[in-house]
Amino acid sequence: MEKILPAKDRLLKSKTSRLDGESRGKLIVILCAVIMISATIAITIFLGTKGLQSFTKNGVSILEFLTSTKWNPTDKANPGYGVLPFIFGSFAVTFLSALVAAPLGIGGAIFMTEIAPSWGRKVLQPVVELLVGIPSVVYGFIGLSVLVPFIRENVGGLGFSLLTGTIVLAIMILPTITTIATDAISSLPSHLREGSYALGATRWQTIRKVLIPAAMPSLLTAIILGMARAFGEALAVQMVIGNVRNLPTSILDASATLTTIITLNMGHTTYGSVENNTLWSMGLILLIMSFAFILLIRYLSSRRKLR
Amino acid sequence: MVTALKERKTVDMTVPLNRQIQSENILTVKNLEIFYGEKRAVNGISMDIEKNSVTALIGPSGCGKSTFLRSINRMNDLIPGARAEGEILYEELNILSEDINVVALRKEIGMVFQKPNPFPKSIYGNIAPALKFAGINKKSKLDDIVEESLRKAALWDEVKDRLHKSALSLSGGQQQRLCIARTIAMKPTVILLDEPSSALDPISNAKVEDLIVDLKKDYSIIIVTHNMQQASRISDKTAFFLSGDLIEYDKTEKIFTNPSVQKTEEYISGRFG
Repeated sequence: MEKILPAKDRLLKSKTSRLDGESRGKLIVILCAVIMISATIAITIFLGTKGLQSFTKNGVSILEFLTSTKWNPTDKANPGYGVLPFIFGSFAVTFLSALVAAPLGIGGAIFMTEIAPSWGRKVLQPVVELLVGIPSVVYGFIGLSVLVPFIRENVGGLGFSLLTGTIVLAIMILPTITTIATDAISSLPSHLREGSYALGATRWQTIRKVLIPAAMPSLLTAIILGMARAFGEALAVQMVIGNVRNLPTSILDASATLTTIITLNMGHTTYGSVENNTLWSMGLILLIMSFAFILLIRYLSSRRKLR
Repeated sequence: MVTALKERKTVDMTVPLNRQIQSENILTVKNLEIFYGEKRAVNGISMDIEKNSVTALIGPSGCGKSTFLRSINRMNDLIPGARAEGEILYEELNILSEDINVVALRKEIGMVFQKPNPFPKSIYGNIAPALKFAGINKKSKLDDIVEESLRKAALWDEVKDRLHKSALSLSGGQQQRLCIARTIAMKPTVILLDEPSSALDPISNAKVEDLIVDLKKDYSIIIVTHNMQQASRISDKTAFFLSGDLIEYDKTEKIFTNPSVQKTEEYISGRFG
């Protein structure tokens, strides 16, 4: 007969073998988390210090940087470091593209989930996935060779404009909004639908009065994630927006955004120069904005949990 | 018999007598068959549902009682592949017909579900949209009906101070009574209840049961329940379903004390199901 060990040998925590499989697995995942967190912190610190240098070392006034419309860093005699036109451009294309893409995306999501769940999803889902997979340079190229001449000939202006940038961005963020909105609406519990129909609501009343309000926090998250993508997009916008330094006065005017100015100028500025440092400051603005977007999404999802 | 006829005649001389007798039944089911795709869930049942009474549908899971209930206000239309044959007559109109406006029908034949399903809105906001669906938009009128419905659902005193708080902050029993209030607000004639208190604690359950008994003076109520005691406590007539067939349908007292069919007795005494 096998000898039964006493309870303390069977049940007490082992003190010797610290690096058994359990601890090793734990170590690996902790390491992954630490690498991710430190990378994020490192980027934030680097961008923070680099981005502030133009103010601390080069003596550019923050107020001038944020409010002046004069961007002329290469003029040795009378340099201007105002990025207001680019901040404005970034916000303008972001909001305008969200304005175009949000109704389309949410409408598409409702179509897929409520109107034609079987074939609508079968057709629209691959379309949306395809839109995600197209690289931004291709969007920009199509915008440049199709949209720019089209707008020049049919709407007006040079073709390179806020409007063109908006349209290209709207198509690019459409899949983000559609996908998240579709998930949001289709994950609504079916008893909400039943409850509404049982009260004699029509399909449209059910969608408008019950489903959309119930999904609202997620729908807003979808829009904000789309806007975050639009705000950060550089390449495609740069190819169609015209990249001028002036504050645009109409949506047919050429313009520029923070991202397009960074990509255009980072190659030919010297590391450590004032101009280079102001580009870092613009990068810092982008980082702060993405933090703001994340906070907003966090706030919305916490509200969703409360309800 | 003669006095009975006279009494009826004094009620309304203009309606033919046979109509008046018929009108005591709010619903007449004739040879109803319901299919999910190829599968038949309800096999040709026929029964009359009395006006201003509580009719209980009992039977083991999957016997077709909920399917039958959901066909009465056409909720089965929402299930792809579900179809019904036969007739359900409501004021002599076959409500299974293609020509029926199901949206209008569901306003007259309301439904409350097993799991309380308030909308993620305020208490007020749960009832008001239902009225807006029915085209009532005036604020004062809305307020009146909201109060009246909550009173009828015996919920007014508990929620009158927090009408604009989220309905999801209510207890399960309160949520279910809110769902009943929401249905009452539509001024239906028939209320269908699909195991309305099976997800509730005993005290909430008792409140919902009292409410149901109270409601039958104004509405005709059909309730699906798995709880035998509940059926015997609150219903006037009971229908026993088994594998899609209507086995027995009689006065509740008769079903629970002296059922005519062996199977019914076995089921209510808990020998299967």
